[in-house]
Amino acid sequence: MSVLVYTETSKNKIRKSSLEAVNYAANIAAKLGTTVTAVIDGGTDAAILGDLGKAGAKKVITITDAKLKDGNPRAWAIAIDQAASADGATVVIFSHDIVSKAIAPRLAVRMKAGIVAGAVEYPTIEGGKFSVRKSAFSGKATAVYVIHSDKKIISLLPNSYPIQLADGTAEVSPLTVDLSAAEIKVTVKELKTRDTTKISLPEAELVVSAGRGMKGPENWGIIEDLANSLGAATACSRPIADMDWRPHHEHVGQTGLAVRPNLYIAIGISGAIQHLAGVNGSKTIVVINTDKEAPFFKAADYGVIGDAFEVVPRLTEAVKKFKAAHH
Amino acid sequence: MKILVGISNVPDTTAKIAFTDNNTKFNKAGVQFIINPYDEWFALVRALELKEAKGAGSVTVIHVGPLENEAMIRKALAIGADDAVRIDAEPADAFFVAEQIAAYAKDKGFDLILVGKETIDYNSSLVGGMLAEMLSLPYVSLASKLDVNGNVATAECEMDSGTSILEVQLPAVMSCMKGMSEARIPNMRGIMAARTKPLVVVPVSNPSILTSVESYTQTEGRKAVKMIDPNNMDELVALLHNEAKVI
Ligand SMILES: Cc1cc2nc3c(=O)[nH]c(=O)nc-3n(C[C@H](O)[C@H](O)[C@H](O)COP(=O)(O)OP(=O)(O)OC[C@H]3O[C@@H](n4cnc5c(N)ncnc54)[C@H](O)[C@@H]3O)c2cc1C
Ligand SMILES: Nc1ncnc2c1ncn2[C@@H]1O[C@H](COP(=O)(O)O)[C@@H](O)[C@H]1O
Repeated sequence: MSVLVYTETSKNKIRKSSLEAVNYAANIAAKLGTTVTAVIDGGTDAAILGDLGKAGAKKVITITDAKLKDGNPRAWAIAIDQAASADGATVVIFSHDIVSKAIAPRLAVRMKAGIVAGAVEYPTIEGGKFSVRKSAFSGKATAVYVIHSDKKIISLLPNSYPIQLADGTAEVSPLTVDLSAAEIKVTVKELKTRDTTKISLPEAELVVSAGRGMKGPENWGIIEDLANSLGAATACSRPIADMDWRPHHEHVGQTGLAVRPNLYIAIGISGAIQHLAGVNGSKTIVVINTDKEAPFFKAADYGVIGDAFEVVPRLTEAVKKFKAAHH
Repeated sequence: MKILVGISNVPDTTAKIAFTDNNTKFNKAGVQFIINPYDEWFALVRALELKEAKGAGSVTVIHVGPLENEAMIRKALAIGADDAVRIDAEPADAFFVAEQIAAYAKDKGFDLILVGKETIDYNSSLVGGMLAEMLSLPYVSLASKLDVNGNVATAECEMDSGTSILEVQLPAVMSCMKGMSEARIPNMRGIMAARTKPLVVVPVSNPSILTSVESYTQTEGRKAVKMIDPNNMDELVALLHNEAKVI
């Protein structure tokens, strides 16, 4: 028996969201009196697998197959299903991210597993009852789901818990899977990769976001400067993406990406409910706005009434001064 | 081309959220319900555009939900869907929904099944992938562009590191997001026509209940905002470090 976790790499490192998922699996494994097995692509650099052990995995199953290339979700679902059988796993953990949104639902059908997508807390396991909390109604509430089926899948919302690494090693064990059922009907014609030196917004712990108050795309320099000084990702409100001032993947809110960083700085954003729906899970919110009546101040921890064009450069200087003093 | 679009009924984002029965049930009283925006603006409208471009085919909307949701289904017909199917059940979760839609769709010969990226009330993003697995079809997750040429669909999809362009043999299932189309407002003619378009009610068949909601908790509001002097950004940084402990 084990708790299985699907893991991935990015820029030749175990993804931050994957380490979070391994930590999360370790919490469940402890409650069930079992151990964590991570599943990863066999092409992964062996030198970085140790991080999975540090995050709490006792075993790493590596799977190598041409059909898993390009992350073919159906092939991955079949492979993970077989890995779960081979390892006697009844609980499978994912991070609730773009890749898992294609794999996890297929796996749920194959395993006939109840799935809770986007969990925000560790599950409670009491007297055979397995329940887990997820966010609902645009962050206005949370719902506790009971999973009734024997097999269970949970995908964890990124940034729910800080990563914990400790001494620990995982035994690496390659697994051969039968992917003959995974015919490839989807072909990748082209990949358009973005600037990979930038911090990925879904995983970012710090986010600097700006809206129509910035007046035009040419003014984003001070936003980028603040983000760089903090080591933060940049985001924007919907009209900004709609007007093509910023790329669409930076759009946060109800119809864009939902983020919950430790720090969200909103600059020149009024704080419409549809915007808040995507950011109100952030741990700390700072709002900078000229209008003291801007609704965003009601959802903020810290507020600054002022002109972004003056306040933001001042904040950047203050951050730089702080960083210089603390390093 | 025969297209099936899954539509869900969700509370408007601006709705006040409350619970009853000792916080075990969502209180629908006084709540404005809408078609899930991803389903309406992207999946449904793109389906209509594809049909119109071909000048042939049909767009069917399907909803798993109770009778009271039929007003929402009529709106989808007013926007332009040809006919509608309602599976008469209060769904427990995504698995329940997918199972019912798959049971209905399996022998109907749809070329394309479109769903939204996720519902805005639970944000699960599961139904599309489940449908694809249940029907043994290819699945394109999080498509922001979709074109169909003969038997082949070309879609642009979101990845963590950028976008990818995928080609997929029809029939296929796809989840749709922003970029695919622009919202359409139903006109008077559409609203009139919707009244007489077919809406078939299908009984629920052998549902699986794999998960259920036990209770809800309202999210606590934030503490009162602390205002900082715009001339004193050192203070803000100090608070973010010492008090909020986020930098
Ligand atoms: C169904 C639906 C879904 C939606 N989904 C989303 C979504 O996902 N994400 C989203 O963001 N929006 C969404 N919206 C739109 C949303 O309702 C708002 O219209 C939008 O968020 C407003 O963007 P904004 O705050 O940038 O612009 P505005 O509302 O125009 O606000 C600009 C703010 O900047 C301030 N300002 C002006 N000048 C300065 C200055 N020099 N310095 C500092 N502050 C200044 C102003 O006081 C104002 O508060 C959605 C709307 C609908 C109906
Ligand atoms: N009750 C329902 N009836 C029909 N389609 C639904 C229903 N619930 C969800 N869907 C479809 O599945 C998509 C994804 O929903 P979910 O997986 O629940 O986030 C939605 O955008 C709809 O297109």
